[in-house]
Amino acid sequence: MNPPTITLFTFGHFERGFLERISGAVTKEYNCSVVIKEAHTDISEFFDPGRRQYNGDKLLREVDTLQVQGSAKVIGLFQVDLFIPILTYIFGQAQLGGRTAIASLYRLSNERYGMKADDELLLNRFIKEVIHELGHTFGLIHCHTASCVMQSSTYVEDIDLKNSHLCSKCRTETGKV
Amino acid sequence: MEKKISILVVDDEESVRDSLSLWFVEDGYRVECAENAKKALSILESDTFDIILTDLKMPGMDGLEMLRRIKVLNKDSIIIVMTAFATVDTAVKALKDGAFDYVTKPFDPDDLSHLIRNATRQITLAQENETLKKRVDSLESVEDLIGKSEAIKRVLKEVESVAPTNSSVIITGESGTGKELVARAIHANSLRKFYPLVSVHCGALTESLLESELFGHEKGSFTGALYNRKGRFEMADSGTIFLDEIATISAKMQVELLRVLETKSFMRVGGNKEISSDFRVICATNRDLKSMVEKGTFREDLYYRLNVMNIHVPPLRERVEDIPLLVEYFIRKYCTTMNKPVITIDPAASKRILAYQFPGNIRELENMIERAIVVGNGRKIGLADLPFGKDVIESSVESLEDFEKAFILQILNKYSWNISRTAQALKVDRVTLYNKIKKYSLKS
Ligand SMILES: Nc1ncnc2c1ncn2[C@@H]1O[C@H](COP(=O)(O)OP(=O)(O)OP(=O)(O)O)[C@@H](O)[C@H]1O
Ligand SMILES: [Mg+2]
Ligand SMILES: [Zn+2]
Ligand SMILES: [Zn+2]
Repeated sequence: MNPPTITLFTFGHFERGFLERISGAVTKEYNCSVVIKEAHTDISEFFDPGRRQYNGDKLLREVDTLQVQGSAKVIGLFQVDLFIPILTYIFGQAQLGGRTAIASLYRLSNERYGMKADDELLLNRFIKEVIHELGHTFGLIHCHTASCVMQSSTYVEDIDLKNSHLCSKCRTETGKV
Repeated sequence: MEKKISILVVDDEESVRDSLSLWFVEDGYRVECAENAKKALSILESDTFDIILTDLKMPGMDGLEMLRRIKVLNKDSIIIVMTAFATVDTAVKALKDGAFDYVTKPFDPDDLSHLIRNATRQITLAQENETLKKRVDSLESVEDLIGKSEAIKRVLKEVESVAPTNSSVIITGESGTGKELVARAIHANSLRKFYPLVSVHCGALTESLLESELFGHEKGSFTGALYNRKGRFEMADSGTIFLDEIATISAKMQVELLRVLETKSFMRVGGNKEISSDFRVICATNRDLKSMVEKGTFREDLYYRLNVMNIHVPPLRERVEDIPLLVEYFIRKYCTTMNKPVITIDPAASKRILAYQFPGNIRELENMIERAIVVGNGRKIGLADLPFGKDVIESSVESLEDFEKAFILQILNKYSWNISRTAQALKVDRVTLYNKIKKYSLKS
């Protein structure tokens, strides 16, 4: 039997090298094959003019409708500012124990906070965010182990404090499903 | 294993229920949702929750009404109200009705986690207190708030009702009325009583000193910062911080204070680490904050944050019936501390005290008694032991007319009712003086 596949669906332009690094990290972390696909959906209808942000609930549903043969998990990768009605912003979100997740680069860059751009840092943050949201699709909830990628992060600084891997406890949990 | 904290989310909007429920489940809480107040109340009949997070505006019964009903069932339940910005007023009302806190929709992810963490902290505090109570029988008692007047009884009743809540309180009243004592009484009767009450006299410090006093500082952050120092907010963790003379803080400090109150976290001066502390705030002021808000010298948002509950301590002249009790109390207190036999007070002296207006309120009375005991003969406090000079114009004088009357009488007495000399001294002519004597019915 083939190992399960995870599909990374890109919305908007991402550098090839950048995507490959993400794909590599995900492959290693979840021990599965990763496919990168470009989505052609026009996301302007998910833009909320009042908030000047994109509706993360609707985008999650949209990504969930994308048909991918034989893919166990799907994650939509975005460049835009995501929100959900009750929160001012989100870095990403996922169906807990489901199939689909989304994550955005938008709020992860240093420039957003008036600091010097740092591409490597940005990539690392995004990798952690992607692995984190995928963790939720594997049924993982937030972990209190300081270094674990499943730590909840509400600030980018929080993301920098953890590393990009599941702790052994979380790893065991994913093995159960 | 620890029991999971449980949360009930009440909101008519499905997306809100779904998002919050997902968020809380991911954070490891047990969550239930209800789409209206009626449903929530029926869930609460068969299940209990540690935290109830509710919308205010919902079709049918609104959040406020539901809050009141839940509080009747269980006055300790922790209810957090979510509101759209337009209804902050109502949210403040909710706090007065016993809500634990409120958030404006939409909120920052970080606010949400802080909010729940604070509420969880409150739950653990309550549990810890249960255990501590079993161990400690006698509490450190607060210095008694003496008085039997209706006014002081009202204050005591208010203290009793706000103490167990987590709300911030502003205590207003003239200088020396006992505001700090009231703050201590609130703390001593709260869930936080086993933790510190930390006082800060905001009026006594410059802006930068106050900043480092409140937030602490890191070594070397300014000249003179030789050591790392914990700030008052850190020291008040799990306890209460008492900010005296809150009206004196600068515009910049108002902004910083508001931020700390909202996030319960801050950085030390010269530090870069976010520090969290769980404290309750009690403030005191002898100024009219409301009118300062109107004039724009005190921030309205900060005012609302602080003024969830207001306790007004009336001046001593409005509760004259408390004076004899207080006199007795202070005589006993100072005789005891000075190792003297407890003495009494002469009726004439007593009468004089009762007639006095005490602009410095209880503090003035207390100082007066202490001094009388020191200067007196050790048997009885007499009129001579009190600092009332014969020529002092009664401070019962309030209007200009009263003042004029008292002043003319004083000068007339001084010159033994010699009209010419009195008129000369007052720099008026004799006819004017006669008219005044008639007008005020003055008699020698
Ligand atoms: N009801 C009371 N019973 C006994 N002592 C009292 C009472 N009220 C006040 N006192 C005493 O009077 C003194 C002044 O009280 P306190 O310092 O609380 O006043 P305050 O309102 O905070 O004054 P200020 O505005 O000047 O700071 C204190 O020594 C306090 O113990
Ligand atoms: Mg005081
Ligand atoms: Zn998460
Ligand atoms: Zn973990």
